[in-house]
Amino acid sequence: MVAELLRRTWAMTWKDVTVELRARERVNAMLFFAALVLFIFNFALGPDREKLREVAPGLLWLAFLFTGMLGLGRSFQAERENECFEELLLTPGDRESIYYGKLAGNVLFMVIAEAMILPLFAILHNLDIWGLLPSLGIVAFLGTLGFSAVGTLLAAMTAHLRAREVMLPLLLFPLTVPVILASVRATDAILNGGGLGEVGHWLKLLVGFDVIFLVVSPLVFEFVLEE
Amino acid sequence: MAPLSLAARLHGGVAVLLLAVGIFWGLKVVPPDAFQGDVQRIMYLHVPSVSTAYLAIIVTFCASILYLWKRDLRFDAVALSSAEIGVVYLGITLATGSIWGKPTWGVWWTWDARLTVTAIVFTMYVGYLMLRAFAEEPQAGARYGAVLAILGLPAMILNHFAVQWWRTLHQPSSLLRPGGPSVAPVMLWPLVFNIVAMLVAYSYFLLERVRLERIRHRTAEVRLKRGRRG
Repeated sequence: MVAELLRRTWAMTWKDVTVELRARERVNAMLFFAALVLFIFNFALGPDREKLREVAPGLLWLAFLFTGMLGLGRSFQAERENECFEELLLTPGDRESIYYGKLAGNVLFMVIAEAMILPLFAILHNLDIWGLLPSLGIVAFLGTLGFSAVGTLLAAMTAHLRAREVMLPLLLFPLTVPVILASVRATDAILNGGGLGEVGHWLKLLVGFDVIFLVVSPLVFEFVLEE
Repeated sequence: MAPLSLAARLHGGVAVLLLAVGIFWGLKVVPPDAFQGDVQRIMYLHVPSVSTAYLAIIVTFCASILYLWKRDLRFDAVALSSAEIGVVYLGITLATGSIWGKPTWGVWWTWDARLTVTAIVFTMYVGYLMLRAFAEEPQAGARYGAVLAILGLPAMILNHFAVQWWRTLHQPSSLLRPGGPSVAPVMLWPLVFNIVAMLVAYSYFLLERVRLERIRHRTAEVRLKRGRRG
């Protein structure tokens, strides 16, 4: 059972990665967008380094989330534009594997973008984060997982709506406030020299959110895909 | 379908009457609060609104599950109607809370835990209504709405904890708390009365809104049949 689910999920993810490797539609756009966001923050806030240091965790996560949103929106729209949605539904086996497969792809693309945003952010704002990378990485991964767990489901839903580009963020942000809050607070504490132990309760909240939505989302995903 | 039935009119009349008595009781009869003065009277609108709003959200959640299970559009009509009314009550809650906050806390808005959670829930359900408006076919809209309402509940609970840890400033609840309510009986009774009045009004709005939704379904069906024949 589990092996079968994993195999199907892997097939789904591999399909998305292959498409991405050939078309380079999503990740390139995400990376360029992320660079632009970082660039624009500079104009919005001015070059005052002390002020920036205070708001750095929030800015960093805004860059992560806006970039992630861009990628999430594409994950099912591309299927629709290429008229592959029906074929997707015809794949044998549980729909869960479609959800997990898409989710894995979305997390992967978002992590790639984050891996570029983080060092660029540190260089632009002269932050010394190199020693903090492991703990920042854990927070970023947990946050990204929770955000994408809800986002993948909502992306499948909004792909069928009018005004879909608008609806995804409108639905996704209110639902993921706990992830945003916990990630920003934890990142803040880590950037100010706190260890992972100090942000334990935020990490617990992130893990709790991830687990709940990794279980609930695939259960209701089926209802979203019905035609 | 016939215009409002006698029972529905009576129901609406009773709701108006109860609300009028409740407001008169709260604004005129009850003595002003010892510390907050007359400002505190807004409680008689604020607390009933927020309780009704959260009840409406729970009704939406249950009706959504029933819809996905039974696939009966009547359940969806209940879910959608209750969500609409819930958004109105949440709006009243935020507005009255803000009006109360200005003279009491000195600010219109503050990022206190319960304020923030209510505002987040408000945005979630405004999103729900937009989702329903943007769905291309009614069946799909019903399914998406149900899925969103189901996701909404764990998200609300997690929001509550997240925001609680983040900050808290609101006065602790004086009604539902261990050891019984801390409100003086002279204020407690009009408050309970106003909550009941608001619930009667809610049930009236809900029944009427569901009826409208059913008429809409029926109209759509008739249109579809005519279209096929022609």
